[in-house]
Amino acid sequence: MSKIDIETARRVAKLARIRVPEQNLPQLANQLSGILSFMEQLNEVDVTGIEPMTSVTPMRLKRRVDGVTDGGMQAKILANAPDAREGFFAVPKVVE
Amino acid sequence: MTLNALTIAEARDLLRARKVTSVELTEACLSAIDGADALNAFVHKTPEIALTRARAADQRLAGGDAPAMCGIPVGLKDLFCTEGVASQAGSNILKGFVPQYESTVTAQLRDAGAVMLGKLNMDEFAMGSSNETSCYGNAVNPWKVDDRTLTPGGSSGGSAAAVAANLCLGATGTDTGGSIRQPAAFTGITGIKPTYGRCSRWGVVAFASSLDQAGPMTHTVRDAAIMLGAMAGHDPRDSTSADLAVPDFEAALTGDIRGKTIGIPREYRMDGMPAEIEKLWADGTAMLKDAGAKIADISLPHTQYALPAYYVIAPAEASSNLARYDGVRYGHRAALGKGDGITEMYEKTRAEGFGAEVQRRVMVGTYVLSAGFYDAYYNRARRVRALIKRDFDLAFAAGVDAILTPATPSAAFGLGEMADADPVAMYLNDVFTVTVNLAGLPGIALPTGLSAQGLPLGLQLIGQPWGEADLLNIAQVLETAAGFVSKPAKWW
Repeated sequence: MSKIDIETARRVAKLARIRVPEQNLPQLANQLSGILSFMEQLNEVDVTGIEPMTSVTPMRLKRRVDGVTDGGMQAKILANAPDAREGFFAVPKVVE
Repeated sequence: MTLNALTIAEARDLLRARKVTSVELTEACLSAIDGADALNAFVHKTPEIALTRARAADQRLAGGDAPAMCGIPVGLKDLFCTEGVASQAGSNILKGFVPQYESTVTAQLRDAGAVMLGKLNMDEFAMGSSNETSCYGNAVNPWKVDDRTLTPGGSSGGSAAAVAANLCLGATGTDTGGSIRQPAAFTGITGIKPTYGRCSRWGVVAFASSLDQAGPMTHTVRDAAIMLGAMAGHDPRDSTSADLAVPDFEAALTGDIRGKTIGIPREYRMDGMPAEIEKLWADGTAMLKDAGAKIADISLPHTQYALPAYYVIAPAEASSNLARYDGVRYGHRAALGKGDGITEMYEKTRAEGFGAEVQRRVMVGTYVLSAGFYDAYYNRARRVRALIKRDFDLAFAAGVDAILTPATPSAAFGLGEMADADPVAMYLNDVFTVTVNLAGLPGIALPTGLSAQGLPLGLQLIGQPWGEADLLNIAQVLETAAGFVSKPAKWW
């Protein structure tokens, strides 16, 4: 598997929605490469016929009635918003 | 009698006998907390809430039907959401966040009458092994043997420091890869990570949802049994919480482990293991044998792949969980420039709000989940995880009741000593604990000796799924045999 180059580091930062200044990209690429090469050890393991684990305890998720159990707490929901107006979360313009 | 140095069991008995009040206990802890700012363990103090709850607990105790935790002053890791009290997960992005609800675990403690003293320091979003990624600055280990200040471990470093320094009688921790057990070992206290699903994750800020579990950090195994009993139980709001009855863990402490089989996994004997860790482990093995247990050499062949599997799975889940910190609904929002749109808002907010280690892990997680790499990294890691769990299943099926290992590869190290190290070097702290999270098993760390330098060293016992009662009983036998009584000398 390939080492992380600066271009890949830039793309990963974009996907993660984290702004990384251009001058920090080489160090980031280097650190990500180090971590990923540590993970390459996993290629030594024979995983033929082994299913990826989805649940660590063999349990079936419980079912419940699809009903309204909670609600009517608009003020609480908005209490921590950086910008709330007229009962809504406010964000910069999304659609031109 | 130094009230803040009591064990939970001692305090409970004195409270029930009406020889001490919860207000007295609470005041003793509050004054110890105020005198321990140098440890930076408590990062949000809640003395008014504490005294209000202590008075209520005293009334309940007077009524004569108080649960075991009633009136016991505890500290809560900053990862637990507490209604009306700041809960930042050690992060800047949640600065100023005041939950409008209470986590299930802390609500159960509150309802049992436990007294909240405040919130405890931790690594940012529980990502770290030294408490050095916290937005509050380092928590400091009360143990000190030279000029250096030492790490209390991480991520539950504030919890560990607070219990070890007698600032509270017990504390909540959480453990995703070793975050209860490694700090417990570094500070000479006891910490148990229960079986995945034993404690509700609802209201606990999520790191890696398939690995995260809450647990108690206490002075003794008996205290861990008492406090775990109050924290555990089914919660309809966490779909992975197990609908199983919670046993009386304290009643399981019979002191009799005759006929139990203790597995000693050969793969945990790492190259370059310090002689004192090897001796600690051999001594612990001998103690359990002397108590009547059978010792069995066992093999857990996929052990060496646990850390790399963990450092794929945990960041993958973290990158998904931490996507919610976008500056819209809660927490920090970056100041925007002219013309900045919503993407700039996300990118600037997350760059300003997340620390370096969290950014790194979110990006590693993003990478291993991205198109073209999902199968090569993430699915492969989940397959290896299945093999790691199978190793344990086979050992238990062969008759092993519990497994004994070292808790950490070393004693506590100095704050700042790992600053220039590779991130992977820090990850090696979790080498003995991370397998337990991947397999969803209960694991307990307890102090059994001192290093040549005079710092505490711990062993880990790993139990069968849902076997906390049995595990605590074995741990208490080891605790009694080891007779670890050392305490840090007060310098703060």
